[in-house]
Amino acid sequence: MGHGSMHQSASAARTDQPLLSLRNINMTFGGVKALKNVTFEVRPGEVHCLAGENGSGKSTLIKVITGVYRPAEGAIIEYDGDVYPHMSPVTAQERGIQVIWQDLALFPEMSVAENIAFHEVLGRPRLVDYSRMRQIAIEALSRLGITLDVDLPLKEYAIAQRQIVAIARALVGEAKVVFMDEPTASLTQSETDYLLEIVRGLSASGVAVVFVSHRLAEVLEISSRITVLRDGALVGVYPADGMTQSKITELMTGKTFDQHVRARAKDDQPVVLDVRGLGSPGQFEDVSLTVRRGETVGITGLLGAGRSELALALFGMLKPTSGTFSIDGREARFASNRDAIKAGVAYLSEDRLSLGLIQPQSIADNLVIASLHKILSGGLLSDDRKRSLVARWIADLGVKIGHQADAISTLSGGNQQRVAIAKWLATDPKLLILDSPTVGVDVGARAGIFDIVAKLAESGLAIILISDEVPEVYFNADRVLHMAQGRIVGIYDPHQTRLEEIEAAVYA
Amino acid sequence: MTAVFERIKATLGPEMAGPGLAFVAVFVVFGFASPQFLSSATFGSVAFQLPELGLLTLAMLLPILTGGLNLAITFTANLAGLTLAWVLKANGGVDAGFGIFLVGSLLAVMVGAASGVVMGLVIAFTRAHPILVSLSMMIFLRGLGEFLTRGGDISGFPSFVGVIGHGSVAGIPVPLIVFIVCVLAWHLLLGRTKLGFNTYMIGSNLEATRYSGINTRKEIVLVYTLSGIMCAIAGIIMLARFNSVRVGHGESYLLITVLACFLGGVNPFGGFGRVIPVFVALVVLQLLSSGLNLIGANQHLATAVWGILLVGVMILRWVASKIKFSIVRRGS
Repeated sequence: MGHGSMHQSASAARTDQPLLSLRNINMTFGGVKALKNVTFEVRPGEVHCLAGENGSGKSTLIKVITGVYRPAEGAIIEYDGDVYPHMSPVTAQERGIQVIWQDLALFPEMSVAENIAFHEVLGRPRLVDYSRMRQIAIEALSRLGITLDVDLPLKEYAIAQRQIVAIARALVGEAKVVFMDEPTASLTQSETDYLLEIVRGLSASGVAVVFVSHRLAEVLEISSRITVLRDGALVGVYPADGMTQSKITELMTGKTFDQHVRARAKDDQPVVLDVRGLGSPGQFEDVSLTVRRGETVGITGLLGAGRSELALALFGMLKPTSGTFSIDGREARFASNRDAIKAGVAYLSEDRLSLGLIQPQSIADNLVIASLHKILSGGLLSDDRKRSLVARWIADLGVKIGHQADAISTLSGGNQQRVAIAKWLATDPKLLILDSPTVGVDVGARAGIFDIVAKLAESGLAIILISDEVPEVYFNADRVLHMAQGRIVGIYDPHQTRLEEIEAAVYA
Repeated sequence: MTAVFERIKATLGPEMAGPGLAFVAVFVVFGFASPQFLSSATFGSVAFQLPELGLLTLAMLLPILTGGLNLAITFTANLAGLTLAWVLKANGGVDAGFGIFLVGSLLAVMVGAASGVVMGLVIAFTRAHPILVSLSMMIFLRGLGEFLTRGGDISGFPSFVGVIGHGSVAGIPVPLIVFIVCVLAWHLLLGRTKLGFNTYMIGSNLEATRYSGINTRKEIVLVYTLSGIMCAIAGIIMLARFNSVRVGHGESYLLITVLACFLGGVNPFGGFGRVIPVFVALVVLQLLSSGLNLIGANQHLATAVWGILLVGVMILRWVASKIKFSIVRRGS
């Protein structure tokens, strides 16, 4: 798609002249080189994507541009006709460089108007001029073609609208270039589309947007050029035309991934999970499916399609009102997830940060929490047993850790997810439900997670793999179920159906 | 050598640094200020005063670790004490036998447990804030106690009760023995049992603990029940120490137990904290007031010094975390 609407007047004439150009950027943190001789360039009004894994230097680069960090001697920052050896936060703001951080840095309790215009009335020794603030806010929103009630407290609005408010605030500062750090990370598909539309509008009005995102599909959809960083060094700058997701992934990680369909028929295997007409009003209806030993069944669909609710019902945390299901032929009636765990069901939550793992606590404790009975010795918990159990799983799943006693929050997303999987494997499950296992996991580390999933399936575990990214289930499941509005509306065999067909059905 | 040091550090944990340092500081300062400080008299007075505050602190510790609080500890102790007192009075008063005392103590423990069970059930099922729930329980127990005793004292117990409060076995005061047994029990409970493990996990993230297949409601009810039982033990010891029971005894200890927990490195938001550092913190507080007493300071001043010590420890901890942070940053 790109952005076809390049009919802006003033900036179009010098489109090829960069608005912002950085050369020779080096940045060292206590011996570690975070940026190595990086160059970076943004043209006026373009949508530019900054791609790279966690730790590749994206955030550091943005902080250099916005003056938070001062690069090493010899750096050249050219911006709109001026040359700087380094930026300062004040200069960056005044010259129209704006950043919208992932956490948005907004005030939920304050009104939309206050959130958008507080900079305008900040630091002046006079009373706050509310009517002017409202006016500024309404103007900024109308530039985006949006109307919101500017008097409502921000917390009344959903994340997508809050994003808009953050963008509006950036526009109040007469932005020429806006950096957006993972703006779509917590948005649904339709909200993402909405945001991308806004970004196109900004670009059309001559504001350059630098987009940092993990979601490669939207990166390709929105941007005209892509700068890829790896390990603090520039890999290259590429036009979005002719790029594919797998090519970007390769550039970002420096590895090639063979994305091939792994699906294999498991019809000869015994059925582990048999779901018949399961329903829970308003969440899912009339769901029937089977998962066999060693089989990986993928469930995809938009957020709110009832996928996670179905998983919670199988895990005993939500009581279905109709239908039945059985594990290994025994009908399941779970009063709580404790019954489910006893029956051999494990559920890896999609929300690793607040439900999947206990972030402040240690790696070891997180790993053993669901299988404490295994480390008992004479009725008491044994530190030795815990240590050896944890060591075994850490080695088995290739988790990179310092000490077992370190907080789980010190690990990367990928390693945390491995610990979370180990925690459930330690309960000896028959059925493992993986709900969006790659959320917040680097592209490079995702392949590692799916290698583990494949090995587990090979060892005979029945697996349900839930993801809203169709390619993930397409390439890693034996069968793909499509859920929409609480029902299973399509069943696909990856060998029989092309990825694009399923994507078209899901994202329609 | 460093290996031994690391081993000790690992066993004691990082929470030990604050109270350990304060312990050494108190010894050094008072050792110089008063020649009588390092005497058996000091330790005698500490040994007799420590258990009341100590047992109540243990009762406070468990709920704090789950991210809650039990504000009803002192009145639960009073009500448990009253229960024992009535059983003794109703069965001969000064002539009551030791068997009666045991039965009364058992009933007292049950009263303490009942207070905890009710609070635990309300907190676990309604998700009401523990401060509000235990505050309600505190007001209820105080009102009930004052109504039943008409605000007066109950005294006149058999003589062996005095021995429990003031006697010694092999030179160690009986209340101190009771306290140390309770400290060890709590140490074992928190370090080596499933309930202890789950207490920490619930304190850090209740929902994630529930998603891990742990019956968080049951564990919360158990935590408050054990807290109530510990209150009852404190109530029995207080009865024996004062040879009387009055509703309101030990009321001033309530907030000091919270502060003793924090001085012992317990995280005020739950999830982290150990028994032994809290024990050391209690000893420090008691040594401090005894030491001030020795150098002739006003008793009220001693309380003020406790406050200063606690604020000082908080500031030191902040400074230490800053230093540690900058080392980590430089190292990375």
